[in-house]
Amino acid sequence: MGLDINRVRNDFPILNQVVHKKPLAYFDNAATTQKPLKVIEIMDRIYMETNSNIHRGVHYLSDLTTTQFEEARKTVRKFINARYDHEIIFTSGTTAGINQVAFCFGEKYVKPGDEIIISEIEHHSNIVPWQMLCERKDAKLCVIPINDLGELVLDEYERLFSSRTRIVAVTHVANSIGTINPVKEMITTAHRYGVPVLVDGAQAVQHTGVDVRDLDADFYVFSGHKMYGPTGIGVLYGKEEILDELPPWQTGGEMVDQVSFEKTTFNKLPFKFEAGTPNYIGGIGLAAAAEYLEETGLDNIKAYEKDLLEYGSKKLSEIEGLHLFGEAGNKISIFSFILDNIHPYDAGMIIDKYGIAVRTGNHCAQPFMERFGIRGTVRASLVFYNTREEIDRLCEAVEKVNQMFN
Amino acid sequence: MTEQTITKVQDEIIEEFGVFDDWLDKYNYLIELSETLPILDEKDKKPEYLIEGCQSKVWLKAEMEDGRINFYADSDAIITKGIVSLLVKVLSGRKPEEIIDTDLYFIDRIGLKENLSPTRSNGLLSMVRQMKLYALAYQAKSKKN
Repeated sequence: MGLDINRVRNDFPILNQVVHKKPLAYFDNAATTQKPLKVIEIMDRIYMETNSNIHRGVHYLSDLTTTQFEEARKTVRKFINARYDHEIIFTSGTTAGINQVAFCFGEKYVKPGDEIIISEIEHHSNIVPWQMLCERKDAKLCVIPINDLGELVLDEYERLFSSRTRIVAVTHVANSIGTINPVKEMITTAHRYGVPVLVDGAQAVQHTGVDVRDLDADFYVFSGHKMYGPTGIGVLYGKEEILDELPPWQTGGEMVDQVSFEKTTFNKLPFKFEAGTPNYIGGIGLAAAAEYLEETGLDNIKAYEKDLLEYGSKKLSEIEGLHLFGEAGNKISIFSFILDNIHPYDAGMIIDKYGIAVRTGNHCAQPFMERFGIRGTVRASLVFYNTREEIDRLCEAVEKVNQMFN
Repeated sequence: MTEQTITKVQDEIIEEFGVFDDWLDKYNYLIELSETLPILDEKDKKPEYLIEGCQSKVWLKAEMEDGRINFYADSDAIITKGIVSLLVKVLSGRKPEEIIDTDLYFIDRIGLKENLSPTRSNGLLSMVRQMKLYALAYQAKSKKN
């Protein structure tokens, strides 16, 4: 069937605009993706027609919205192939999901001298919560190194396990360079040592799709806004048997069963972890985004993005003085590069003037930058609404940068 | 030496930039300007003079001489450095009170305002703040004496 690029681009109204007198080429998708009409319209409609707080009301609109929100949970459950709807916890995003697990799991299971495994290629949001946990509990952070291609060194990973290892937290896809980590294999290894695994899927669900049961992930977290959904909403998936054992994180309304001043008992999953009024409109928007991805077809998306990756890698590497970082055999369509003698910020400013949105800097992955001894890169992260023509325009802009600064 | 007011220097810069029709010439000129900056000694590129932006780094050193403050600065990014050189041109060799009271309107008028916005974490906004802080500190010091 394939992907109809014209149809796709029409689904995203924001793409059709002029920036600095040039057609916009939006290459900052690893930071956030644009939203299809399907998502925008459903959220608009709720605000205009049906908005009401969920779960508490006896009235018509509240019922309607509650049903829609719980349908959204079901849609997300199917999207990642979880077993139960109540294994889907709505959060404010990936960062919140990781912090929640670091707190709840850490409080219950991590003791002084215990160890937590992360990797050298993590986003700061999958480093700092674990670092803080280690400080609180006097535990130790163990780091899986990467090789020159930007791939995790799996032999070293296996060597990090000990009887004190309590949890592994690793990214599915690296935000800085796009490496797809072999998380299924890594989870199998961890489970051999009886250790659960949290997977940061912020850069994965929208590109590779995910089947949490096939991976056998214990926790899987991701954000709505990076998968064409709204901001301020995300998902924490956890296996029922693990979530059931964890203490709640934030407390308040909605998550309690009985409250008296002597004792409070907590509601069951998933409500135990959704204190306060959840971002229900965000949740419904996120589910609409998941449906959009399924309608478009993740296989179509993968094939199309693979073509962009191959085309872009070839074109960019032909440019003199350009060095691509992250040449893993298995990666998504992210181009992270530096130019000889040119500061990434200078390059980014000029590229912007050509109507092309890229990100420059360390991409919240300073340990990765240190590993390669660089101060930052220019990152162009492409998705299925980008085109080969846009890549050509990026190459022209980069050539211009080279001329200006050399 | 006849002294130009800060206003005069700013107006001159605005006039210089007025000849550029498009952004490309403007940025090329900034690149040229970056080479005119009184270079900060490598040995002075140390943490105490560093203004860390998330995107680019700026170093700024100030010295008081005959009641006037001289600024020496550098940046690791060229365009940032070009703008730094403009700021130094306007504010260096001035009395503290002039620096404190200055409204740097030229940045907006030459179309580089975005570079001094808090959303661009390039160190320039902090640099202007730091220049004014130096001026305040020297002013307080001279009053004490």
